[in-house]
Amino acid sequence: MIEIFGIPVAVLGGQILLGLINGSFYALLSLGLAIIFGMLNVINFAHGAFYMLGGFATWILFTYFGIGYWPGLLFAPFVAGSIGALMERLLLRRLYNVDHLYSLLFTFGAALALEGLFRHHFGSAGKPYPLPGELSGGYNLGFMFLPLYRAWVIIIALLVCFGTWFAIERTRLGAYLRAATENPSLVQAFGINVPLLLTLTYAFCVGLAGFTGALAAPIYQVSPGMGANLIIIVFAVVVIGGMGSILGTILTGLSLGVIEALTKVFFPTASAITVFIIMILVLMLRPTGLFGRER
Amino acid sequence: MTFQMAIASSDSRATQTRTLCLLLLVATSLAAPFFIYPLFLTKILCFVLFASALNLVLGYAGLLSLGHAAFFGGAAYVAAHSAKVWGFPFELAILTAVSFATLLGLVFGFLAIRLHGIYFAMVTLALAQMIYFLAVQMPLTGGEDGITAVPSGKLLGLIDLSNSLAMYYVVLLFVAFGMFMIWRTVHSPFGHVLAAIKENEVRATSLGLQPSRYRLIAFTLSAALSGLAGALKAIAFQVASLLDVTWHMSGEVVLMTLIGGMGTLIGPAIGATFVVALEHYLSTSGLPISFIIGVIFMLCVMLFRKGIYGELREWYLRRLVRET
Amino acid sequence: MGSEVKPVQLEVFDLHAWYGESHILHGMSLTVRRGEIVTLLGRNGAGKTTTMRAIMGILRKREGTIRYEGGDLIPLPPHKVARLGIGYVPEERGIFSSLTVEENLLLPPVIGPGGMTIEEIYDLFPNLAGRGRTPGTRLSGGEQQMLSIARILRTGANFILLDEPTEGLAPVIVDQIAASLRILKERGFTILLVEQNLHFASAIADRHYVVEQGCVVDEVANHALAENMDRLNSYLSV
Repeated sequence: MIEIFGIPVAVLGGQILLGLINGSFYALLSLGLAIIFGMLNVINFAHGAFYMLGGFATWILFTYFGIGYWPGLLFAPFVAGSIGALMERLLLRRLYNVDHLYSLLFTFGAALALEGLFRHHFGSAGKPYPLPGELSGGYNLGFMFLPLYRAWVIIIALLVCFGTWFAIERTRLGAYLRAATENPSLVQAFGINVPLLLTLTYAFCVGLAGFTGALAAPIYQVSPGMGANLIIIVFAVVVIGGMGSILGTILTGLSLGVIEALTKVFFPTASAITVFIIMILVLMLRPTGLFGRER
Repeated sequence: MTFQMAIASSDSRATQTRTLCLLLLVATSLAAPFFIYPLFLTKILCFVLFASALNLVLGYAGLLSLGHAAFFGGAAYVAAHSAKVWGFPFELAILTAVSFATLLGLVFGFLAIRLHGIYFAMVTLALAQMIYFLAVQMPLTGGEDGITAVPSGKLLGLIDLSNSLAMYYVVLLFVAFGMFMIWRTVHSPFGHVLAAIKENEVRATSLGLQPSRYRLIAFTLSAALSGLAGALKAIAFQVASLLDVTWHMSGEVVLMTLIGGMGTLIGPAIGATFVVALEHYLSTSGLPISFIIGVIFMLCVMLFRKGIYGELREWYLRRLVRET
Repeated sequence: MGSEVKPVQLEVFDLHAWYGESHILHGMSLTVRRGEIVTLLGRNGAGKTTTMRAIMGILRKREGTIRYEGGDLIPLPPHKVARLGIGYVPEERGIFSSLTVEENLLLPPVIGPGGMTIEEIYDLFPNLAGRGRTPGTRLSGGEQQMLSIARILRTGANFILLDEPTEGLAPVIVDQIAASLRILKERGFTILLVEQNLHFASAIADRHYVVEQGCVVDEVANHALAENMDRLNSYLSV
């Protein structure tokens, strides 16, 4: 068996694969967080809760209605996005004129409430979600075994990430978004319904989180707490990447997932805090983040 | 009569009222353990200090720290460990824990202080989460079980602190000291500079002040007092656990400050009492605690931003204006 | 000079406006007829830009009357005001740094018929041609001003709020902008112009309002400018 640095290649390969999966989740989630922060100036603490909502939406769809993975993949972001749109339109919007502290506290309360509600109703234990038939099994690559589902997750996550990047950087709608981030009142004075744009942006970003939750369900199971600790790592990812560029955020998320996974192989005890240590280093050397811009 | 005139003319009346309230507070806190379970009151006291310490950075320096549980819980672990494993007497355990919290506060503060608003909050959260993960993994902290059977020891080698009544009064003394320190800080020249920086940082800088330095000092002091609260809690309840270092705890203490009234001296104490009492009541009722706390959080942010004390004070002042 | 009086397009009557607690406009009143170029003259802080923002709906705290082609503007949010045909060229120009010149130009959506085509715009402002991919804020001040005007011309808006277009620009550029505004007037655009440069204003405008402390204190027709020069200068001097 081939070994690299004393680790069998199969193990290394498997870990890197897991790292890419975690990394793509980090990328998807930090993308939504960064866009919400850029456009609405809100730290969306509830992002983890929407991730959890997406996972539960797809699990409920399967467990109570017998509807499988593929519709679930569309249903989850729809549920998350709709609830997000309602929350933004009715409640969060009223906090844009006050100190940004309050919108953070509001979303924090929302996260607590959603998590608590689901925990009370469904219990804390993780609920398994079956792999869709078409994506079970895998390929033997010779040096390691590649599960099909894991490959799928990485590919679709990357597609969605780059699709989002394209939409923002290369389309008319994206231009509206970028302009509204800089000067919302002027954009509105041009005839663009900016409040509606903000609602749709928030809905899209939390919809992304819900989509990620649906992707994660077969791998990580579905539990009320699934978003909670994850979201704080994603915060650290956003701080490391800075919020200056979409591509930068995506790249940072992916890399950190891989680095974290590799650390688990070589320094297992430190793996949980890898991202935080990197964050400390980045803060000392580049306070605005790797790809950040002075706001 | 304008608002300002109402405040000015009510000043002597206000001082009288304030002194009366203070005396009432002292009397209540001395007599309370004979009516209410002392251990419950001790818990309230610890969180009163914790919330007031957080208010120093949140209400007075204008910094949202979401990682204060690191100081609170971290100090709890240090106090518990030093008392149980190293056999430190009560005073030394407290001192060690507070020193740890102060040092940690300095480190966190140094890393985060130049960042603003939202970034600051995220970084403090992430740093505290790091402490949480360390606490989960390090054998010293007992992982999921925490440190239990912490000996309470004796105060000055004389007063047996396993007596919950005695413990209450000792904690009351420490908390009163902590509150006194906060009061002195806020009303000192240092406190005035801090208020100026909070209101208009650019102008303060143009006057030659270094906002980062002042904020760092406030942050470190806040960490120290939070550590004191955590250490006292660990010794009083003879346990230090992971619950003390979660981001839930950091969020809860922010809620206490918010509900009671940010930027007021008595607000956080009211908020802490409210939240601890509420949780105690909820824990026996079978209702989902997190959910209710979360909803209260959201309601408070949307409707009662000034907090209980803040809204009461505003209502009282408005009545004064209308009376004349 | 036609004998028919052109219809009133914009009517502002007894407009009061506040920034927070500050009462800035104290009973502002003016009218603009279709096809006119009307200026608001006055010192800094007189309330000229505030009037623009109040008309546009960007400033929300208002009392009074603002009627555009008969319809009340006050209850409308800014994006609905724009869609009635009012274009806004702000004092700070508002070119977006995260957009290219072309994206900046195409940003305001077409809200009605009669807007200029891209070719016509490049004819009017040749400096902008061929700069499509440049980031918006890399243009010079004068070019940004042209871009700021140009993007409104594409939308089909025919009433333009133009706030200090010549501020800080070299005389050569100022002349270019004056020429382009004259062409716009020929094409039937109505322009409400804020200006401190009396020379520029007199070269293109039909009427001038003098604004002081949030209301109109005087009105002078352009042909009567010479006689009233001393009075005007006393209003505008610092």
